[in-house]
Amino acid sequence: MAEENTNPEPSRRNFLNWFLNTSGGAFLLAVFYPVSRYLIPPEAAESSTGSVTLALKPDDVKANTGQIFKFANRPAILVRTAGGELRAFSAVCTHLSCTVQYRGDIGHIWCACHNGHFDLNGQNIAGPPPRPLDAFVVNVRSNQIVVSRSA
Amino acid sequence: MAADATKPRGKLWSWLDERVGLADLEKLAKKKQIPVHRHMVWYYLGGMTLFLFVIQVMSGILLLLYYRPSAEEAYESVQFLMAEVQFGWLVRSIHAWSSNLMIFTLFVHLFSVLMLKAYRPPREITWFSGMGLLGLALGFGFTGYLLPWNELAFFATKVGTEIPGVIPLVGPFFRRLLRGGDEVTGATLTRFYGIHVAILPALTMLALGLHLFMVQKHGMSTPPGVERQGGEKRVMPFFPNFFLRDLVGWLSAVAALAALAAYFPVELGQKADPFQPAPIGIKPEWYFMFMFQTLKYLPAEILWIEGEILGVLGFGLGGLFLLMVPFLDRRTARGEPSQLFAWIGIGIIGYILVLTYLGYTVSPTK
Repeated sequence: MAEENTNPEPSRRNFLNWFLNTSGGAFLLAVFYPVSRYLIPPEAAESSTGSVTLALKPDDVKANTGQIFKFANRPAILVRTAGGELRAFSAVCTHLSCTVQYRGDIGHIWCACHNGHFDLNGQNIAGPPPRPLDAFVVNVRSNQIVVSRSA
Repeated sequence: MAADATKPRGKLWSWLDERVGLADLEKLAKKKQIPVHRHMVWYYLGGMTLFLFVIQVMSGILLLLYYRPSAEEAYESVQFLMAEVQFGWLVRSIHAWSSNLMIFTLFVHLFSVLMLKAYRPPREITWFSGMGLLGLALGFGFTGYLLPWNELAFFATKVGTEIPGVIPLVGPFFRRLLRGGDEVTGATLTRFYGIHVAILPALTMLALGLHLFMVQKHGMSTPPGVERQGGEKRVMPFFPNFFLRDLVGWLSAVAALAALAAYFPVELGQKADPFQPAPIGIKPEWYFMFMFQTLKYLPAEILWIEGEILGVLGFGLGGLFLLMVPFLDRRTARGEPSQLFAWIGIGIIGYILVLTYLGYTVSPTK
């Protein structure tokens, strides 16, 4: 082997080694590239829903309760405060994405997974959540509730 | 030995011996010896884990015959299995209980090996393959938990797959890869099913093969404390003496399993609904409880870093530390007593026990 390495002329063995390694590498690439691409799920189109008209009527949501509804493929929560005002937020907890709920006994939004608390402006007030919940705009038009993204 | 070798054998034995080499296997089985000392009770835990794994494979194959891996049908197929199929409840309960017992014996095995320092040279690769098997077992537990597609499993999976997502840079990509999309959906269920019944079993076969080969090659480790005491080394033949004792343990495990499955059959709960709030008292399997409870206690921010990132990072480093123990514990490797690593082991066990206890006793709504 040492003799071959000092030989400036490319030997037949060197060529064969290069050829075998390259084809081996190309073969592995041809197998693993498609497999790795296959494992990554295709990108789903981001839902562009800007607003949604709820099946709920304003009277269905009593004061000091909350309801989960579907907003652009994700859960959102509609809350009627003790004062009678309707508010809507994303129901996806900013900690680890559990679905939050409204708790009448403590009068604000709560996540059961890791005991995260949010006030009625969506602000994270206790527990592990790092950010407030996204707020939506609620409009009531002739007995219909329309929730839309803010701005 | 000599008497055995000349013992006349039947025609079938000779026929097989010429083709398979039974005499060699017999010699191998006769050669294997088990050290006898006051800590030897821990030697049964590895075999017990293996036995429970075999039960998992067999009951799992039976479940495959009725289970349907899609969000539309999974819950209903398990419901059908539990309510209509004869002994369906029993097979599913055995599978669920055996998985819990297996993880339990695996943990006891791991910590007994840690405390008795059986990871010291030349058994590092046995330790690494064992840690690999621990990871695979936890993977089995995590993916299997989702398959009935009930409410608890849905949210446990949502949280569990969100956790790697908090890792900076690679997290979101890894989360998508695990979920088969951006959210936990039927695609996640199908993916978890494939991982649970094909990918993990294949990897387990490799890791288990290596683990058993290493155990066979090096034999059972005698604890350093026993070695230092010196004195006469007592041994017991593996076959049949130790094997028969193993068998008694396995039969007790079957009895415990049958009793647990019959008196506490596993429940199915409510079907998963992505548009329902997470149920109160949601919790993961007990062996993830200490991590789950830790995440609950971490504040939103610690020194400008999100608490959950720090938690995930901490557990990652903890796992890496445990994996690397054979290289870190230099004193044990040199054959000296190593108080520090004994205390670290006790610390880890204590932490897991306390956090698990809190996870089950602290009110979930507090």
